[in-house]
Amino acid sequence: MRVIDGKEAGRELTRKFLEEVMLIPNGEKVNMCIQCGTCSASCPTGYAMDYTPRQIVAALRANIIHDVLVSNSVWLCASCYSCTVRCPAGIPWTDIMYELKRLGEDEGIIPRVKTGHELATAFNSIIDKYGLSSEFRLMLKFYFRTGIFKALGQLGFATRMLARGRLDLGAHKIKGIKGLHKMMAVMEERK
Amino acid sequence: MAASNGTKYTYFPGCSQTRTTRAYDASARGVTRKLGIELVELEDWNCCGASNYIAIDERKAFVLSARNLALAEKTGRPDVVTCCSGCYVILAKSKKYIKQNPKLHADIDEALATAGLTFSGDINVRHILDVLVNDVGGERIRAAVTHPLTGLKVAPYYGCQIGRPYGEFDDEEWPHTLDDLVTWTGAESVNFPLKSKCCGGILMTTQPEVGRTMVGKLLKSAKEAGADCIITACSLCQVTLESYQKKVSRYLGEDVNIPVLYFTQLLGRALGLTPKELMLKDSLTHAEAVLP
Repeated sequence: MRVIDGKEAGRELTRKFLEEVMLIPNGEKVNMCIQCGTCSASCPTGYAMDYTPRQIVAALRANIIHDVLVSNSVWLCASCYSCTVRCPAGIPWTDIMYELKRLGEDEGIIPRVKTGHELATAFNSIIDKYGLSSEFRLMLKFYFRTGIFKALGQLGFATRMLARGRLDLGAHKIKGIKGLHKMMAVMEERK
Repeated sequence: MAASNGTKYTYFPGCSQTRTTRAYDASARGVTRKLGIELVELEDWNCCGASNYIAIDERKAFVLSARNLALAEKTGRPDVVTCCSGCYVILAKSKKYIKQNPKLHADIDEALATAGLTFSGDINVRHILDVLVNDVGGERIRAAVTHPLTGLKVAPYYGCQIGRPYGEFDDEEWPHTLDDLVTWTGAESVNFPLKSKCCGGILMTTQPEVGRTMVGKLLKSAKEAGADCIITACSLCQVTLESYQKKVSRYLGEDVNIPVLYFTQLLGRALGLTPKELMLKDSLTHAEAVLP
């Protein structure tokens, strides 16, 4: 693990992150955080977070970012936007949590609890291939990556879904999948 | 609210609606048919990317939505309607963010041009609940009710992404449209304080203890409010609330089992659709016992 917090490298990464935040609509309002804690109090998963949303901004102000990305916090964000609609400073919290997720991905910083990230990347690989999601394949991929024995706990659920015809074991491709790949290539080139 | 001419809407089903939550799809189509609306499925739509794609790659996530929105614009109809709140918020957000950022908009248009598409941003992204409550309206719905659900106590669960972050057609914190719709069917909507609190969604899979805690609170609150059932307006909320009730009960050490239905099933029954048409047998929580 790279220990960079508080050092020049930590300042560098925090600066890079804040530059990205400024590109989010209303992102600059993060500077207006008064540390009131409305975000943390509104967050349904805040109780389980190493760093609550308020604490994340406090950490960033101290150039502590690596520890935030390693923590369990960002992938506990379920994207419910409670913090975003309640923040008296108008800070787009949910987007900031997304930005942190992407920063961890870009920097290759592995969070302490990996499951959220594993699920998202498994999901995306299916979309890249088919243009559509396939819940069955997603679960296979996810449990294959995070511990296949945990899948046993889902057997009852899977059986009940299968019995009702609600589990699609196949995967379906959109007709325009080649076109979609071209579009994604353009977005990559123009970055 | 978006103005909509005529009775045809472009319909974006979303991945879950094709199988996992096909009863939501069937009941939404049934209800709209009864009320004189035609949902025309968007040709060759793709996954919206949900909250996952954007967490890894924002630019590619925007192109996923932009392709759908561009295809919808091409139909010439002013609205694209979806039943899933996850799809709804991602499509709405992408539209907003692409329009606000000229460089992004130019890149998106260049990407879309490879398939002969273009995105103007004029399309209205609508939730099916919005269309039913605001375009069809209480008067027409009440008049179409043939099987009033008198005596049924319902906890209307909105989840998060129907009102947040934009509050386009209902309050972000204390929405009322589902409550209104319940009363139009003749049923009673109970006071459900956690109606717009997040269900945790995929956390049930990635962080099960957190997921069970969140779902447990919701189910408990609905039961304490005296509800006979919960209704949902989101594919993911439905699956999350209905699938793990036994596990959640065991985790909490108390019985929190309660039937969970799509709001379109409740409305559909009141409009005279049959349990078969509404696919009540798909339920994991004995929906047919609530809506015989």
